[in-house]
Amino acid sequence: MLEVRGLEVHYGGICAVRGVDLDVAAGEKVALIGANGAGKTSTLKAIARMLPARGSVKLSGEAIEHAPPHLLVRKGLALVPEGRGVFARLSVLENLEMGAYVRDDKAVVDADIERVFGLLPRLKERAGQTAGTLSGGEQQMVAIGRALMSRPRILLLDEPSMGLSPIMVDTVFDVIREVAREGVTLLLVEQNARLALSLCDRGCVMDGGEITLSAPAAELLDNPAVRAAYLGE
Amino acid sequence: MDIFIQQIINGLVLGSIYALVALGYTMVYGILGLINFAHGEVVMIGALTALTAIGLLVPSGLPGPVVVLGGLLIAIPVCMTVGFTIERIAYRPLRNAPRLAPLITAIGVSIVLQQLAMIGWGRNYHTFPPLLPAAPHQFLGAAITDLQIIIIATAAALMAALVWLVTRTRLGRAMRATAENPAVARLMGVDVDRVISFTFVLGSALAAVAGVMVAANYSIAHYAMGFMLGLKAFTAAVLGGIGNLGGAMLGGLLLGIIESLAAGYIGDLTGGFLGSHYKDVFAFFVLILVLVFRPSGLMGEKVAERA
Repeated sequence: MLEVRGLEVHYGGICAVRGVDLDVAAGEKVALIGANGAGKTSTLKAIARMLPARGSVKLSGEAIEHAPPHLLVRKGLALVPEGRGVFARLSVLENLEMGAYVRDDKAVVDADIERVFGLLPRLKERAGQTAGTLSGGEQQMVAIGRALMSRPRILLLDEPSMGLSPIMVDTVFDVIREVAREGVTLLLVEQNARLALSLCDRGCVMDGGEITLSAPAAELLDNPAVRAAYLGE
Repeated sequence: MDIFIQQIINGLVLGSIYALVALGYTMVYGILGLINFAHGEVVMIGALTALTAIGLLVPSGLPGPVVVLGGLLIAIPVCMTVGFTIERIAYRPLRNAPRLAPLITAIGVSIVLQQLAMIGWGRNYHTFPPLLPAAPHQFLGAAITDLQIIIIATAAALMAALVWLVTRTRLGRAMRATAENPAVARLMGVDVDRVISFTFVLGSALAAVAGVMVAANYSIAHYAMGFMLGLKAFTAAVLGGIGNLGGAMLGGLLLGIIESLAAGYIGDLTGGFLGSHYKDVFAFFVLILVLVFRPSGLMGEKVAERA
């Protein structure tokens, strides 16, 4: 589904991502874990063409590293950005409609809005409210619901637990689990490694802009080095 | 009392025009955080283009209002093209430059357009031929002409249409999303460059209408008319809260009314020491008051959120 080769991101003279190779198979759930500044978010942003980068990125075999960024969503790629990026002055409903911006089958879009409301009942209650008035967890739900509205084949999630209370984190991860169950391919960037690995099939550990270890999630959860470095044991 | 009502009517006419121009400033600011100082010149180009077209249409013997409408319909696409071109060649290359660069460029574009207009249309005043019925109607002891009614009604209709566009359509939603967060809007599939172009084109179309209104209202147009008008409309946008559509409309109307009342009463209030030609002072006095006491404008939210 997603094939990344030799991805490099530079900020001025600093190299944040140094030649990352990454594969995500259709239906697979992959967690990208690592410390602050390891290059996880830069990797996701580079894949979604929010940052200038070198290297090749293929989506279902099609090279996308030169495609205009606004066309990626049409190719089935959706990103829930770091810090959620909800449109604070738009209503919850309008945020969801923005998620379906590239789709014009109104009846199906309306059905999908109902589906998202079914998945995230909290949003239905708040449909008419501007997104800026919502709590952090609710905004995260808006961001995830909005991403689902494009009917992505692959969903990139950047730190969905960031800044949320533990209860909210559980709720948000329940939603992500539910989304994964529907067969959407996931690439999840997360600092909370335990949570991410418990949800995903495979984990990639990033350190200093490189992927240093890639293994089935269960294996990583048992790996003494990973446990010491990322699981706080 | 009838002077008061008369000045309110005059103020509404003037305010409607300011509001249409202010919308152009505020829409561009809302999306790009840029003060498009060349916007006043687009109004001037609209007025002079329409006058030229009207001059060519008059000999055809068509009825006056049809001739004016013809001039307007030619001025609108011309201004849209000018607005599109300005953004494309002057602002887009500076999209990621420090904020001062596009601001200085905007002033430069304004000067260039004004000089080009001077070369093309000359330094003289162009008069608007008397094509519209000028006989005033009596209204609450004051006089109101058909032209004034048309200006107020047209401006109101255009503003209602704009609000509908921005709040109710897919394109309007994309404009608001882009204004808030262009990077995320792009993720949603919005072609941000196109939305920005559209914003300039839309603002320029309103500027064209405003230009024809000014020319018709004062029966005169001139290559330098855009400067003061643009400055006043910008004041109106700041008064209402720049970046806010409702604010631009309210600010425009208020500024028009304040200015007209000032023109009507300033002589009496100062015992004849200051005449009505000091009315411009009031517009900028209002601007200073707003900037001191309510920098975000009457309807503005936190200013410079994305500065």
